[in-house]
Amino acid sequence: MGFGPFLLLAVMEGLVSAAVLALTAVGLSLVFGVMRVVNVAHGAFFMLGAVVAWFVAGHVAGPPVWGWLAALVVAPLVVGALAALVDISVLKRLNYEPEAVIVATIGVLYILEQAALMSFGPDARPVAAPFTLRLQLPWFGYSGYKLFVVVAAAAVLAGVWLLMARTRFGLLMRATQVDRNTARAFGINVDRVYAGTFALGAALAAVAAVLVVPISQVHYLMGADPLLLAFITVIIGGLGSLRGTLVAALVIGLSDGVISMFWSPTLSKIIATLLVALVLVFRPQGLFGAKA
Amino acid sequence: MKVWLFHLAVLVALAVLALMLPAYHANNLARILMLAVFATGYNLAFGYTGMLSLGHALFFAAGMYGAALPVSLWGLGALPGLALGFLAGGAVAAAVGLLALRTAGVSFMIVTLMFAQAGYLTVIYFNQTTGGDQGIVLSGAGRMLAGLDMTQDGPRLMVALGLYAAGLLAALALVQSRFGRVMLAMRENEERSRMLGYDPFRVKLAVLAISGLYAGVAGAGYALLFGYAGAGFSGVQYSILPMLYSLMGGAGTVLGPLIGAGAMFYLIDIASGLTTAYLMGVGIALVVLVLFAPRGILGWVRERVLPWLP
Repeated sequence: MGFGPFLLLAVMEGLVSAAVLALTAVGLSLVFGVMRVVNVAHGAFFMLGAVVAWFVAGHVAGPPVWGWLAALVVAPLVVGALAALVDISVLKRLNYEPEAVIVATIGVLYILEQAALMSFGPDARPVAAPFTLRLQLPWFGYSGYKLFVVVAAAAVLAGVWLLMARTRFGLLMRATQVDRNTARAFGINVDRVYAGTFALGAALAAVAAVLVVPISQVHYLMGADPLLLAFITVIIGGLGSLRGTLVAALVIGLSDGVISMFWSPTLSKIIATLLVALVLVFRPQGLFGAKA
Repeated sequence: MKVWLFHLAVLVALAVLALMLPAYHANNLARILMLAVFATGYNLAFGYTGMLSLGHALFFAAGMYGAALPVSLWGLGALPGLALGFLAGGAVAAAVGLLALRTAGVSFMIVTLMFAQAGYLTVIYFNQTTGGDQGIVLSGAGRMLAGLDMTQDGPRLMVALGLYAAGLLAALALVQSRFGRVMLAMRENEERSRMLGYDPFRVKLAVLAISGLYAGVAGAGYALLFGYAGAGFSGVQYSILPMLYSLMGGAGTVLGPLIGAGAMFYLIDIASGLTTAYLMGVGIALVVLVLFAPRGILGWVRERVLPWLP
């Protein structure tokens, strides 16, 4: 295989990871943008979505596509409901104090991870892909499902954009983002908007998880890497800026795909984390974000 | 005076306890004391100065490898190893602080977390030297600390107690000094203290470096006392544990981290007898503390019983 096709493969792999990354990062960015809190448990919600997908897919009879579709509906609902519960019972009582929220969501992260360890167990388990189509290119064959993931992620993201820009709930979210107190004065139920936003962010992580499990596997610690990458994406894109997050997800996903083809993945992770720390230090509004 | 007598009495009580405890619990106490040194330093930054760092595992690991690598690779003595680890923790903390302290609040937390993560990955990346997850096992001459054999329970506990006593008294002197007042001022109102002529960056950098010295000596001591240094100690969990100990014992109290470390250690010890998912206890403790008892055990005591406690 020559260099050209090799690069093409790297770019395709990069596109897939960019798509999944965009979905997880957008949820994190949404929560940060509207509620001004950092949700450390975001990776745990991702993991939970995968575990629920595995559970649902295992309990639906018939061809794998039914189980997978059922998971795509059930997992975001379950995870979203749980997130709303966390918001109402914990975050709201903390008055969304940013540092207290980080401590509390670290706690939630441990609770969810360990609950998964106790119920799901320490093994990695596969979930069957809804279809097995193989695209035969002149140089290599490529999984059709992976390309479907890219398309599906784009569709979901378009849906999020429509929700934010064109619906009443999106308007309420944007109003709350701009000024919580004024929004309240105009009769917006800010508590409900917050619970909804937190649930939506977690549900997006769950959707990403359902999309990704047929490619990778379900494991109770699988949330750590996506959390870190989503953090990186959100920070590079500018905390709270959805468009920046998307651009950053593409850049990071593609470069991660290409870099880890040629270099050690650990080394590329070290470089990425250091870069992120430096971006936050020297350009806290992010590379694409407006001045705060 | 009352304050000093009280803390000396606590140390004497610890020494008596150390003599009476059966082997298993004496060993636990040595671990708790080393973790308490770590958390006492963390609490100087977090509880007294208001810097919520998520990167202290890096300083702990700097101390741990700062001691373990020279001792295992070049046969350095344990005592110089301990000193090297102490300095390494402080130096790394100062270097991180120079960059990270340009940010505050949530950004500070994320920046320190990222630096620590990069440190953890670096330990993994150089696994031929550091041993990665397998780690380094120290043995023989490397564990003779100033003529005391660290493989024996008695001397080990004595050294742990000595290190903790030194750390406790230094912390007490620090928070009671004029500089300690400035630290509190940074926590309460940074802008106002800036207006009064203090430089928040320098004060916070100094405290972070001191806090790093504590983490360094704790890491080095942990490696030498228990004969093992591994990548696990540089993971994010070891940034969260000192925060948890401080929160539980009482952020902004000198003795709180020891109480928190002891309580949490035995909580996890009991939980791990029941289930493999013993970290569940850590998660529940974090949520419950931050929701219902943000002042911690000693904070509560200070509020109601002993208002003079530093």
